[in-house]
Amino acid sequence: MTPTAFARLILAAVHLCAALAPAGVAHAGGRVPTPEVRIEAGTESCIAPPDEMRRNHMDMLRHQRDRTLREGERGARVSLNGCIACHASRATGSVAAGPKDFCETCHAYAAVKLDCFECHQAKSASRPMAAAAGAIR
Amino acid sequence: MSQDHNQTPSPGRRALIAGGAAAALGVLLAPGIRLIEVGQANAAEGVAARAPGTTASSAVRWGMLIDATRCSSECDACVSACNREVGLSGGTAPTDSQWVRKIDLKDLRTGKQASAPMMCQHCANPPCVDVCPTGASFKRADGIVLVDRHACIGCRYCMMACPYKARSFVHEPLAEQTPEVPRGKGCVEGCTLCVHRVDAGRLPACVEACPTGAIVFGDLNDPDSLISQRIRSIPTTQVRADLGLDTGIRYHGI
Repeated sequence: MTPTAFARLILAAVHLCAALAPAGVAHAGGRVPTPEVRIEAGTESCIAPPDEMRRNHMDMLRHQRDRTLREGERGARVSLNGCIACHASRATGSVAAGPKDFCETCHAYAAVKLDCFECHQAKSASRPMAAAAGAIR
Repeated sequence: MSQDHNQTPSPGRRALIAGGAAAALGVLLAPGIRLIEVGQANAAEGVAARAPGTTASSAVRWGMLIDATRCSSECDACVSACNREVGLSGGTAPTDSQWVRKIDLKDLRTGKQASAPMMCQHCANPPCVDVCPTGASFKRADGIVLVDRHACIGCRYCMMACPYKARSFVHEPLAEQTPEVPRGKGCVEGCTLCVHRVDAGRLPACVEACPTGAIVFGDLNDPDSLISQRIRSIPTTQVRADLGLDTGIRYHGI
């Protein structure tokens, strides 16, 4: 075996391990347990499939916030209050009050600081969003 | 308070006002318009809600007409309604946020007194926007001047630039914000003309709360709106009109 071929074999082994790693963690339990995301919403589905939401929710929110604040677009598909209306925990009424609340669960796991709620209210509004959207129309 | 540049009142009308014809004013403002009608019409007038997905249009310019002759110095209904609506503590210390203040005016020469709410004047040429180093202070297409807290770094240049002392800085962490009015420590804030209500077709909280109907809210660009009709027919002033900021808030009787 030439040194180059040996290096290729090692690389392939490393890639294989990397590919299996998430499954391994999920089954055997790594040092950091994967978050258990509880969806508190009723039967309604989210605005996009879970994979897309996981990867893109931050971009959706960032772009929509500028359209809402600077251009005054209301009643858009993406809305932070919309997230909160469905995903607020029944226990705390919030998406970020405790470590098991919807936003906090994953953000703690991914070690990404969540600063939306230093200004925005993380508790769900007293009146449901559906009613508010109706009032706009 | 100086007279608006745009207005050139005839000597006769000026004499009528200055001549102490306040009793006459109370009855008849201009041909066909009585004060009591101003308040009633304002309560009846709604604001058209924008359809979801549409953006604010420069065809509209939101503004207010504040009638100081109907405003009592003891009343602070507009201030407390604002505090409730946006979640302010109501404190008046230098470090407390105040979006609306009640001010009492007295002409030292004549002794004439007036009282009126003072808030962000939603200038067409806002100095707070000129000085903002991050673009956080901006004017929306429909004339409402706002702070984008996502971009605000809390430098407070805008507070220095504003001739109306209309902006406040949040010094302490906040917890109980209302869902529609996000507020946070380290940012500058001020009257938003209740943009969340206006977009939904409702009147600003202070307008709704005023017991005498002294505040008229509406579209200054629409010649048929109540506010346009009023400012066409009664003498109104912009505060510090000499600065040429073209404020969206106009006053009558100061």
